[in-house]
Amino acid sequence: MSTPATPLLQVRDIRKTYGARIGCTDVNFDLYPGEVIGIVGESGSGKSTLLNCLAGHLAPDEGEILFDTRADGLKDTLKMSEPERRMLGRTDWAFVHQNARDGLRMGVSAGGNVGERLMAVGARHYGNIREQAIDWLDRVEIAEDRVDDRPGAFSGGMQQRLQIARNLVTGPRLVFMDEPTGGLDVSVQARLLDLLRGLVREMGLSAIIVTHDLAVVRLLADRLMVMKSGHVVEAGLTDQVLDDPQHGYTQLLVSSVLQV
Amino acid sequence: MTEDRPGIGTDAYNFAYLDEQTKRMIRRAILKGVAIPGYQVPFASREMPMPYGWGTGGVQVTAACLTPADRLKVIDQGADDTTNAVSIRKFFERTAGVETTEHTTEATVIQTRHRIPETPMTDDQILVYQVPIPEPLRFLEPRETETRKMHGLEEYGLMHVKLYEDIARHGEIATAYAYPVKVEGRYVMDPSPIPKFDNPRLESPALQLFGAGREQRIYAVPPYSKVMSLDFEDHPFNPSKADHPCALCGAENTYLDEVIMDDAGGRMFVCSDTDYCATRQAEGHRGAQSAPFTEAAE
Repeated sequence: MSTPATPLLQVRDIRKTYGARIGCTDVNFDLYPGEVIGIVGESGSGKSTLLNCLAGHLAPDEGEILFDTRADGLKDTLKMSEPERRMLGRTDWAFVHQNARDGLRMGVSAGGNVGERLMAVGARHYGNIREQAIDWLDRVEIAEDRVDDRPGAFSGGMQQRLQIARNLVTGPRLVFMDEPTGGLDVSVQARLLDLLRGLVREMGLSAIIVTHDLAVVRLLADRLMVMKSGHVVEAGLTDQVLDDPQHGYTQLLVSSVLQV
Repeated sequence: MTEDRPGIGTDAYNFAYLDEQTKRMIRRAILKGVAIPGYQVPFASREMPMPYGWGTGGVQVTAACLTPADRLKVIDQGADDTTNAVSIRKFFERTAGVETTEHTTEATVIQTRHRIPETPMTDDQILVYQVPIPEPLRFLEPRETETRKMHGLEEYGLMHVKLYEDIARHGEIATAYAYPVKVEGRYVMDPSPIPKFDNPRLESPALQLFGAGREQRIYAVPPYSKVMSLDFEDHPFNPSKADHPCALCGAENTYLDEVIMDDAGGRMFVCSDTDYCATRQAEGHRGAQSAPFTEAAE
């Protein structure tokens, strides 16, 4: 793989505190196009805080998040105006929630859920919107005849796949995922991971995946950051970190995985 | 003259019920609404002597617009003689002492619930709508903080999701009333629950004011504003109506009420605008079910 010249996302000294408590601090990393970074850590280690800061849902107290926009090159997303940032959130960015219900409109059919982002960026041709929605349902292995069903009629795994389709339909370049496989049983998890891996490779997506499941990052992530108490304690290539953990907490984490 | 009318000429009520400071506050909201067509202006809605849902917003806007020289018409679903119309008309007869009329052409201020009069409006008239829910995005996005942001940032993709759902489920845009419109290419607005048949007539020489009392919002469509009904390129907006002529006056281009006549499927279609229908009948137009004795009487 050739090294691209500019990173897609550059994160510099991000710090977010909740009063005296640290959410996350001193986070630095670069994300290159086509690269997947995993963030692991226990509950309360600050990984979701970090993800929400990066995705613009929370305002960090300090730091810079530089995103390589299509139009103007590198731009600090924290200094962008709100319309600009929300536009990014609808076009170049995508956010996959842990709970599909947070990311879907439960009162709207599957086709409408997928079509919403298209309509949000100006699509006004019903036939084309529907065609794309069906195409995307097919890509996430949801049958065409379910296009008019509401997400409430779907299983948990299907809801999660629908959420992914809804997010990827506008061809984003950066996907934020918060525990995408949480709450799914193992066989459904495996299928979802397989699907995600295929889509990430096929579309050349960059992704930041927050999870506590080491198997997920082993499968999906190129690089790994381990967080503890708001700090990044170890970072490196996924296989390297998992096979030869250096930090005490990483060693604990790796050794805690149940072997079947 | 005024002494024999209760509430007028005494200290019982100020002209048109509301005190002058309140009317001033409402007029300021109206002016702001006119300056920003389609934008929902918050205002401090007052308690009115009628229940919410009976037109408390419209009544306040009317009260703020009325002058003693005005002639008021009140319609409810197009009719001058229904409870809501009669009670509001009486209310202003008592508290403002203004003249009232049932003829669209004679009125200077018309308060309406759910219809635009069939007779074309003129530039010296004001049309006041009673609005139950001013927020067109309400049922798609329940958070008011979020919908205000969406209006502010012009993020209206969600409105089309509703129309998409209509087509997906019914094969056509099935929304028949409160059909969302875009005013002057900027704000998406709920035109109150008028039938979509009336939407094309939102582009009018008259000033149109919308008052939502419970929701405390006023908005406006200034005269000759561009009002576009939202649609899809391959499913264009269609201002549909029942495919019948009026059974009383024979009009073929008016919005019709369906009246059930018996329990054997009998029904008739009549103009919902009673003034328009009566005027046409007085001019000699007849429909299929016009009463025969009126012809005999002539």
